[in-house]
Amino acid sequence: MSSPVVRENVQGEVYVPSAKARKRALKQDLTGYAFISPFVIGFFAFTLIPIIMSLYLSFTNYNLFAPPKWIGLENYKKMFTADPRYWQSLKVTLIYVFAGVPLRLGFALLIAMMLNTASRAVGFYRSLFYLPSLIGGSVAVAIMWRNIFGDEGIVNIALSFLGIPGVRWFGDPTAAIWMLIFLSVWQFGSSMLIFLAGLKSIPKSYYEAASVDGANAWQKFIKITLPMLSPVILFNTVMQTIAAFMTFVPAFIISKGTGGPMDGTLLYSLYLYLQGFEFFNMGYANAMAWIMLIIVGILTAIIFASSKLWVHYEADGGK
Amino acid sequence: MKKKSVKWWTYHVLVGGFAILMLYPFIWLLMSSFKESSTIFVTAKSLIPDPWIWTNFVEGWKGIGGNSFGVFIKNTVILVALTLVGQVVSSTLVAYGFARLQFRGKAFWFAIMMVTLMLPGEVVMIPQYIIFAKLEWLNSLKPLVIPAYFGTPFFIFLIVQFIRTIPRELDEAAIIDGCNTFNIFYKIILPLIKPALATAAIFSFYWTWDALLGPVLYLNSPAKYTVSMALNMFLSNETVSNWGAMFAMSVVTLVPVFVIFFLFQRYIVEGMSTSGLKG
Repeated sequence: MSSPVVRENVQGEVYVPSAKARKRALKQDLTGYAFISPFVIGFFAFTLIPIIMSLYLSFTNYNLFAPPKWIGLENYKKMFTADPRYWQSLKVTLIYVFAGVPLRLGFALLIAMMLNTASRAVGFYRSLFYLPSLIGGSVAVAIMWRNIFGDEGIVNIALSFLGIPGVRWFGDPTAAIWMLIFLSVWQFGSSMLIFLAGLKSIPKSYYEAASVDGANAWQKFIKITLPMLSPVILFNTVMQTIAAFMTFVPAFIISKGTGGPMDGTLLYSLYLYLQGFEFFNMGYANAMAWIMLIIVGILTAIIFASSKLWVHYEADGGK
Repeated sequence: MKKKSVKWWTYHVLVGGFAILMLYPFIWLLMSSFKESSTIFVTAKSLIPDPWIWTNFVEGWKGIGGNSFGVFIKNTVILVALTLVGQVVSSTLVAYGFARLQFRGKAFWFAIMMVTLMLPGEVVMIPQYIIFAKLEWLNSLKPLVIPAYFGTPFFIFLIVQFIRTIPRELDEAAIIDGCNTFNIFYKIILPLIKPALATAAIFSFYWTWDALLGPVLYLNSPAKYTVSMALNMFLSNETVSNWGAMFAMSVVTLVPVFVIFFLFQRYIVEGMSTSGLKG
């Protein structure tokens, strides 16, 4: 921010504005803040103040009815040393994120490449593939998912056609999380759309030149498509990882709000909700939220740090 | 010629077949809603109901606790309308400020906005609940609707990106014609960003229509329930195994979602492709 008296012009030269110019600058500031004021006010009221409260409450014992009692790091200590359910929820969530996100992105890329043709039907297919991801968060879809994985549901029927014995999705905690992972993979549509837009922006001449040099389809994919698409892949990975970490509705509906069987679908957000609003351990739930924030922050930082190794930016600034 | 046509067929059988496989759960849900409750899982192998029955819809429409499903739909429509107007109007104003106006601290607030966009909602969920409880806003629409009037980062970002594609010469010409800032916004920019506003409105509809966590936290009396909460209630009462009614009402809540998708898919798909952040 420049100081109010000495300002810089577009060329970067420092000058002292006249009284009239200062008045105009003030008017510009006021107009600007008038337009963004909804966001600024909302940020203080619904984000900043709650964040500060959340940090404070995470060091207290609070149940909404009695005043908060300061207990220092007890909540954090309990979380890591005396709460096996916490570790279970962390484990389930990490499986969900690390299996779900790569599968989802892989699928999205595969389908995007299949749709990256001149066929007129592409628009139609694109919409059909996108549909599940648009409404994937709805209760109706979660109820549907719950029922197709039932003991006599269509998934087990399909498996038996392939000669595979049916899986008791609701009896086996390690199988149960896969219901949620499959649901997340099924919603690959939004990533697919972004990949498709990225694929369309790769110049055709690159592939033509490679063909002249005798490259096969796989070599073109590795040498042209992946590097050219890597900024989009990075963007998708970051956004999908954050979103996956916060998944709530499918786990809530599929396990009927319990995280069962045997905490097999106890995603982090669901456990946080249970601690906060079922057991009214609001201090503890806030401590969980802060650890979640730290984990998401670290994951994002790792993805960005690793991106130097695999993301290719074009010389002209690229994307 | 023949070779090309074989390739064409292979492509469409492959991609089309996969599309049908993806959408099969929806088709199964729809067909099951016309089956007798007790036969849904026994006859899961055959898709077509035999006989077709309507009673699931009649049964489901009766709703829960003396409130018909029509009440839940009305509640949800009111919630969606109030939220949608608030989110689109406030986000548009903020986006114009970020995209076109020059003022000190703009870069700072834009960065704050992008951070807010990525902030996990869980961090603010409980303190917000405490604040709304202290304000005695619980069991009302206020905690769900009022925050919508303070800009939604995702929509702000989407609209900012769209405004940036509009040539600045238009603004400059308007200034020469004597337009002030608000008039430029209202007369020049607003008509040109209708597609972005449509995209924001559609997503606002989807997210509010589908929302479960917010309504579960803030609405307690069944007369105020949304469709998502009503379906959740059906599920809790599942012991009576009235699958048919639950499936039928799931189908009912998906109808507006599908209709809007097929009417406005251009806006949805374009909006997602160009700025897609969520979903």
